[in-house]
Amino acid sequence: MALITTDEQEALRDVMRSFLAKYSTESDVRAVMGGAAGYDTTAWRMAADQIGVQALVIPEEMGGAGYGFDELAIVMEETGRSLFPAPVLSTTVLATSALVAIGGPLAQEYLPRIATGDLIATVAVSEALLHWDPADITTKAEKSGGNWRLSGSKPYVLDGGQAGLIIVAARTGNGVSLFAVESGADGMAVNALESMDQTRRLARVTFDGTPAVLLGDDGLGWQTLRVVYDRALAALACEQVGGAQAALDMTVNYVNMREQFGRPIGSFQAIKHRCADLLVEVESARSAAAYASTAVAAGADDASVAASIAKVYCSQAFYHVAAECIQMHGGIGFTWEHPAHLYFKRAKSSEALFGWPAHHRDRIAALIGLV
Amino acid sequence: MDLDLGGDYSEFQDEVRTWLSEHLVGEFRDHRGVGSPTDDTAWDIRVEWERELSKGNWLGLTWPVEYGGRGLRLAQEIVFEYEYARAAAPARVNTQALELVGPTLLAFGSEKQKRRFLPRILAVQEMWGQGFSEPGAGSDLASVRTRAVHDGEQWRIDGQKVWTTFGDRADWLYVLCRTDPDAALRHRGLTLLLVPVAQPGVEVRPIENITRSTEFSECFFNDARTGDDMVVGGVGNGWRVVMTTLGLERGSALMPMQLSAEREVAELIETARASGVLAEPRTRQRLVDAMIGVHIMRSTNLRVVTDLLHPRDTAGSQATTAAATTSKLFASTQHQSLGELAVEILGAGAVFDSDGDAAGKARKLFLLSRAETIYGGTSEIQRNIIAERVLGLPR
Repeated sequence: MALITTDEQEALRDVMRSFLAKYSTESDVRAVMGGAAGYDTTAWRMAADQIGVQALVIPEEMGGAGYGFDELAIVMEETGRSLFPAPVLSTTVLATSALVAIGGPLAQEYLPRIATGDLIATVAVSEALLHWDPADITTKAEKSGGNWRLSGSKPYVLDGGQAGLIIVAARTGNGVSLFAVESGADGMAVNALESMDQTRRLARVTFDGTPAVLLGDDGLGWQTLRVVYDRALAALACEQVGGAQAALDMTVNYVNMREQFGRPIGSFQAIKHRCADLLVEVESARSAAAYASTAVAAGADDASVAASIAKVYCSQAFYHVAAECIQMHGGIGFTWEHPAHLYFKRAKSSEALFGWPAHHRDRIAALIGLV
Repeated sequence: MDLDLGGDYSEFQDEVRTWLSEHLVGEFRDHRGVGSPTDDTAWDIRVEWERELSKGNWLGLTWPVEYGGRGLRLAQEIVFEYEYARAAAPARVNTQALELVGPTLLAFGSEKQKRRFLPRILAVQEMWGQGFSEPGAGSDLASVRTRAVHDGEQWRIDGQKVWTTFGDRADWLYVLCRTDPDAALRHRGLTLLLVPVAQPGVEVRPIENITRSTEFSECFFNDARTGDDMVVGGVGNGWRVVMTTLGLERGSALMPMQLSAEREVAELIETARASGVLAEPRTRQRLVDAMIGVHIMRSTNLRVVTDLLHPRDTAGSQATTAAATTSKLFASTQHQSLGELAVEILGAGAVFDSDGDAAGKARKLFLLSRAETIYGGTSEIQRNIIAERVLGLPR
């Protein structure tokens, strides 16, 4: 979802949408919510085999399809629309962005396995905070006898329980560095969190002398994470736009159909005007996400500002639309069986993920020189 | 990040930039960013500037050559508007004619009307004012009561119009009249007439707005006359013609508004920095929100513009409709918030004193922005349009 989309990109959107209509129905989402796996293993495999979602932005020489962020943005919008219960944001955005940015032999080893859908991967950064800040990193990496070992805790790791590879931000004598840890490593404990939003899995991951392999240069990890962060924010914003649009569509369908006082409730201005205001927010969110995606794809100077703006606005818009979705559905919208709460909870969890809007306002203020 | 218009337009873009840099000089340059389609500040200089544009053939870019236009594509007009706004050239004065009357005549006017009026609009010889709203017909425009009666070779008009922007400067009015009071459907009995102002039956009285300036007027028609040949689009067809005109009004680019809002936010940040209130976290957050607002206005405009430049069949243009329809509501609301923030940042200076340039500007922004959720279709009417035409909710 860039400012300009090509016909080929619109074709990708159509392919994604029909794939998700088949593999990411509400009952698929609910099955994963209650299941132990934490994601839809069949759909994840199909996404790799039929569309190549996991390979999309991996360079061709590393087994990928070599597309850019504009295409990824479209995929995110569509997965957000259907709450696709699979580790796309962690694997395809976070870990892939980090590995592509770092390059080198380890990236050469991992990326082809990600591209085929065989490896789920994530990035573990934040500790006490939800946003990414180098001062927040207390997990330690120490080298002895040529081997690195990690100690510390990452309380909110996206798909931490599903990932075969966790890229961990840890502090060495030279600053923040990135390390690869594979699942089942010694001294690593992974505890699934009971998230309000069951469509997205998080885990607390603790390290106690866990062996790890340095990714990239010692002390330069934050340079990579800065790039990964902006991509993550822009991708999440696109996902939020998809979710907001779905919640609005659901609402509009309902108020068109639901009759009270002998007429559809959507004919009352009290409802009509609120729906119109929601479309204003959804379209504005779409603009913010589109600008951020284009800026991130181009590596533009204002990419970080644009990414945080998208995070602020899309978070608020999605939450507001999802809350209004429940309200305009009335009692049925408050039931477990109705999908409104799935979007409502996803909206709140997305607002928190990678930092609350209040933090991103501060980040914007700092980036544009207000502080 | 700047708008990448692609190779097709870069030559034209250079031409525009070069012309503007050579002609937007001296007094014109001193009046960069001045005025708006509803603000008459520096009127005479802006008229001169518009004549300069006319000499350079920069008015009516998409109008056919036979009527004085340049016959260019919409894309080139967008490029021009983008560069014009970027250069902060003074706001044009005859926007009523350039954006509404001209396109309406091109769509519905007779050959004779086009030859009579269009070249004079492009030469900045005749100014136009709109006669749509009446004291009893605002949002419910179809209830207009100004009567036009066909009498021999002419029309005789009686009634009253209101909110005519720059009406006291207009040479001609385009007036929505009731020509058939008996029509079963009230939309059917309406006709759009072109009426000359310089006649005894037309009286234009400026109205003072809440800043005591007189951008708009009320127009009284007391046995006013216009010719048989001054009907646009046929007798009884006025509603269809006018709805198209209003569509044009809403479709017109919000780019100048976005760029002036960007300038206002940037100036406000500097004012807040100088006075020290930027250090207050709450004020800083609100400035960030203001900045987010203009960033989104900009992003939406870029979406709409790039879609117009790279037209595709269905999905894209639907998206553009949704974006274009919602952008007026978003921009007007944001601009009002910006005015409120400006007054708070300037504080007592803006509220009690208006001493100094910045305080005066803040006060003006605060007051004038109240009109933005009213003119061109109130926010309430905008919401009806969005709900019914974009979302498909029942009437």
